[in-house]
Order: sequence, then C-alpha cells, then structure tokens
Amino acid sequence: MAEPGERKNDLVRARGEKGGTVKLFLSGRIALDSISLYMEEIRKRLTDLTPKELIIDLANIEYLDSSGALLLLELEGRAKAEAIAFSFDNMPDEVHHIMGLINPEALTTPSVKTQKKREYLLEEIGEASFALYKDTIRILIFIGEILDALFHAIWNPRLVRWDDVLFYVKRSGVDGLPILSLLSLLMGLIIAFMSSLQLKQFGANIYVASLVGIAIIRELGPMMTAIIVAGRSGSAFAAEIGTMKVNEEVDALVTMGFDPTQFLAVPKVLAAIIVVPVLTLYADFFGIAGGLLVGITGLDLTIHTYIQQTVKSVTLFDFLTSLIKSVVFAALISGISCQRGLQVRGGAEAVGTATTSAVVSSIFLIIVADSAFAIMFYYVQW
Amino acid sequence: MVIPEQNPIIIVEGLTARFGDDTVLEEVNLEVFPGEILVIIGESGSGKTVLMKHMIGLFKPCEGRVLVKGIDLARASDEERHRLRLEIGVLFQSGALFGSMTLAENIELPISEYTQLSPEMIDQVVRMKLGMVNLSGYEHHMPAELSGGMKKRAALARAMALDPSILFFDEPSSGLDPVTAAGLDFLIKEINRTLGTTMVIVTHELASIMNIAQRVIMLDKNARGIIAEGDPHELKERSRDPRVIAFFNRQPPKTREGEMHHV
Repeated sequence: MAEPGERKNDLVRARGEKGGTVKLFLSGRIALDSISLYMEEIRKRLTDLTPKELIIDLANIEYLDSSGALLLLELEGRAKAEAIAFSFDNMPDEVHHIMGLINPEALTTPSVKTQKKREYLLEEIGEASFALYKDTIRILIFIGEILDALFHAIWNPRLVRWDDVLFYVKRSGVDGLPILSLLSLLMGLIIAFMSSLQLKQFGANIYVASLVGIAIIRELGPMMTAIIVAGRSGSAFAAEIGTMKVNEEVDALVTMGFDPTQFLAVPKVLAAIIVVPVLTLYADFFGIAGGLLVGITGLDLTIHTYIQQTVKSVTLFDFLTSLIKSVVFAALISGISCQRGLQVRGGAEAVGTATTSAVVSSIFLIIVADSAFAIMFYYVQW
Repeated sequence: MVIPEQNPIIIVEGLTARFGDDTVLEEVNLEVFPGEILVIIGESGSGKTVLMKHMIGLFKPCEGRVLVKGIDLARASDEERHRLRLEIGVLFQSGALFGSMTLAENIELPISEYTQLSPEMIDQVVRMKLGMVNLSGYEHHMPAELSGGMKKRAALARAMALDPSILFFDEPSSGLDPVTAAGLDFLIKEINRTLGTTMVIVTHELASIMNIAQRVIMLDKNARGIIAEGDPHELKERSRDPRVIAFFNRQPPKTREGEMHHV
C-alpha cells in the first residue's frame, strides 16, 4: 500500500509537498479515547508541511464517533481560519451521517445563563448579608405563623393532631434515652474527675459534689440535652418535612385545606416542648450520678455525704432555670428545624442542605439563648 | 364539542405568572365549564403546571385573578377558602400520598377533617373509594409498597374522598405503562360521566389527550399563553398553526431540520 512520497504511519499518513497541496489519509478508529493521538499526529504533519491546500481522505476509517466527527470539523474550522483550502475526500456515508449530527452553531452559541462569577469579596459579602437578611425575615414570618398556630391549638385542642404529638414524644424522647443517659453519665464523670484533680490538692474533695451539681443542672444538662435533641430530632424534622415538600405532599395538604404549619410543625413543636424538659431532668440525674461514681470510688466520699452536699449547693432556682431553658431550647430546635424543612425547594440536595442547616442553626440558637439566659439569671437571682 | 350553556365554574382573568424575572404566563384568560373535561397541553416548560397551580390556589397570581365558583382564592376569607377546598380534588404528578400513613389513613384524613361521620362510616367510605379505583383490599398498604400505577389510583381515591365538583390532574399518565395509563383514562372518563365532575387535566400524552379531552387549550413557552383552543380532533385536522401541527403529529421542532444537512 505504501506509495512514493508517503510518510509511514499507522493512523495518519501524509502525501504531498511542503507548502503545496497535502493529502492526509486517516485510518483506524477515531473515537473519544483516540482523538488526542490523531490530533497530535495531524498537528505534527501540518507544522512540517505548512500546506496551501489540505485534503483529508477518510476512505480507511474503521469507526468514527461523534467526538471524532468533532475533530474533523475543528480541523476544517482551523484550516479556514488560516486561509488553507480544505476539503474531504472519499467520505463514507456513515461518516457523513455522523457529521450531520453535529450542529456547528451549538459549539459557539453563548450560554443562555451567564455563569456566575465569584470573584469579588465585596460582592460575596453583600450577597451573604442579603441572604442572611432574607433568611431572618423568613424566620420571623415563620415565628409569627407558628405562634399563631400554637395559639389556635391552645384555644382549640381538638385541632392538634395528638397522635402525632405522642409519636414524636416517643421518637425524640423515649428513643433518645439510652444515648442521652450514656453521654450525661460520662459528662458527669469527666467533670468530677477533672475537678477532683485540682480540688484534691486543697483537700476540698467534698466540693466536687457542689461543682458537678451546679455545672450539670445549670448549664451542661440543658445544653447537652438540647444538642442531642438537635442532632437526633431537629435533623429528622427538617428531613421529613423537606422530603414531603419535594414529593408535593405539602402541596397536597394545602389543597386539602390543611395549614402545613398547623399540621406538620405544631405537633413536633409541642412534642419537643413536652419532652425536652423531661429529658433534661433525666440528663441532670445521670450527670450527677456520674459525679457520684467518681466521688465514691476516687475521693473517699460516701454516697450520703455526696448527695447531701449536692442537695445543699443546688437550689430550687437552679432546677427552675434548667427547666425554663430546656423549654426555650425545645421551641428553638423544633421551630427552626420545621422552618428549614418547609423552606425546601427543588430536590434531594435541598433536603440535605435543610437538614444540615437545621442542626447548625439549632446549635447556634441554643448557645446564643444560653448566653442570654446566663446574663438574665445573673440579674434575676440576686 | 359540547360546551354546556352554563356559567363557567372556573374563570381565569388576565393571569400573569412571574418567578423572579422569568415570566411564564402573561395575560392568560380561560374559562372552565361545569362537567367538562378540559385538558391543558403544551410542550414541557410552557407553564401548564404553573397555570394549574394557580387554579388550585397554590400560587398567587402576580397580576389578574382566578375565580373558582365565583370565589377569588387569593383574596378569599379563611372560611370561603376552607369551603372551596371541599370542592377541589387534586391528583399530583407524584401522587403525593403521605408516606407515613396507610392508604386508608390517607383517604380518611380529609374525610375525618371535614365531616362528622362515625369511624365505622368513614371506614365504609374509604373502602368504597378504594373500590372505585380498583384497589379494594389495599387499605392497610403503605404507599411505598405500591407500584406507580397503584399509587396514582390511590391518590385519585384520596382526591375524590370528599366528592369534589372539580378534579385537577397533573400529568396523570406520566411514568405509567400504556395499559395502566389507558386504565386511568377510562377511570377519569367514568367519573366524569357518572358523577359529572369537572376535570382539568395537565398532560402531554397524545393518546390520552385524544381519548379523554372534550376541549383542549394549548400553551406555548414563547407566547407565554394560550395559542390554541378547541376539540382535539378538530385541532389536529384543521389547525394551521405549525406549533399545534407539530404537537399533534409528534414532529420534531422545525428549527432543527435546517441544521441537519450542513455538511
């Protein structure tokens, strides 16, 4: 097959003289996995030969896919741009059909939607602030709605779906007991252990009981419970409502005349308000039990003295603040989680975002509220 | 084409629907008459579902208004809106059955909310509704345990729970095999014939359109509104509008053809 003046190569053979008419014979399989090879070969030939006229012979092509066709079109375009006369020769019908599939305009049509550039810091800050502003407005609107719905529920207890309330009490409360008790017990243990290391030096072992009692009841009990509830139930609320939103179930509720806030959010908020204070007491109990363990095993205290010291240092006020806090935390967690769920637009990804956002916002609000409580109770107590 | 000599049950007046800067519908006027089967057709993205969601009050019009039985959904009092909800049943594209409830509970939900029936009576009504869509015996199934066609039928049973006078369907036959889809079409026609329910159906299934529609309106993306109206068979035979001809004859869009032979 080798003709005179032809350069040996499997894929691309060139014939012709430098600066004149050059014919390239392509053969083999031009597909997505081999076009870079062809491109390289063709480029080499062209830089060598700098033709005035270029003819591409396609007679020996075994297979050509759409990216191969694209290669040929690109070649044509480049030749035209460099004012080289260009033509195809011996184009098989199959190749012709494949070439027909490619719409050259589509390669250069500008995007309908301009790609978002994220370059300027100022712009980003502006956008983020605007998003925050809108988010705040939406949350405020939702607070209004949920308060309205709760108010309705108080006047008309029949409107509340108590079965759902019970279901969520079980879900967020009873089902969360094992993990909550384990974590509170460990927390009590750790605090007692760490503080005992210091207090032992002064012979103030007995004050470990006071420290653990006050720390657990005032701060750690409500806080730990709230964070666990945010992680377990807040995420579940947001994901559940978000998925219902994606499945048009929320729309279906609306067309049936149900208010989604009343139907979906109120039972969850009520359940949380009922169950979180109980969980908090439970966590307080286990936290103190953890301290007690350290007290009797490591500090030579008796159960009796430890409990007596705890009772002496913890006031009823501490318990009350603990409960008040936990009610507020419960409302914040369940409220923001339901809001995040109802805010879902689009598909599965939006549900994921809402779930993450529900947990993050819940924890953020818990800590902000806790700081506010710390200041408030400081002034109220004395 | 039979248009009953009656006052329209739904009136859409000068409806403009906009999402951000994107205007989907502009100045749309439409009347739906009691007892008819109206099918809204058009290519994807032409605003069929948007129009329907305005008619059931899920979207609020940017301009214009939608009157259902003389009541403007966007401005109605709570009481009026509540009453109107009883008159409307909607079958969503995905069925939208509540995944955490059994079929019976799904259907019971609107019944127990809006009526004072005894639990035994409600149970009977639920069985009857399930029987109407050929799902007897499936009361205690969860939606996830059903096939696509069964879900659609169960959702139809729920939409019909309160015997609404208007039923809306969003793409009832999408995702169904031809036999199941034909079964659903038959069911829709039967309900319309026996109960006289007004039907507003959004679809682009040609076979379904030809089979059930008494009147169609066609929306177009670029026109942002209605470009054709009438009996589907007549439209197919007589229309000169290339967009209508292309739709009814399943032709690819015209612009593509010129590009096919550039080499």
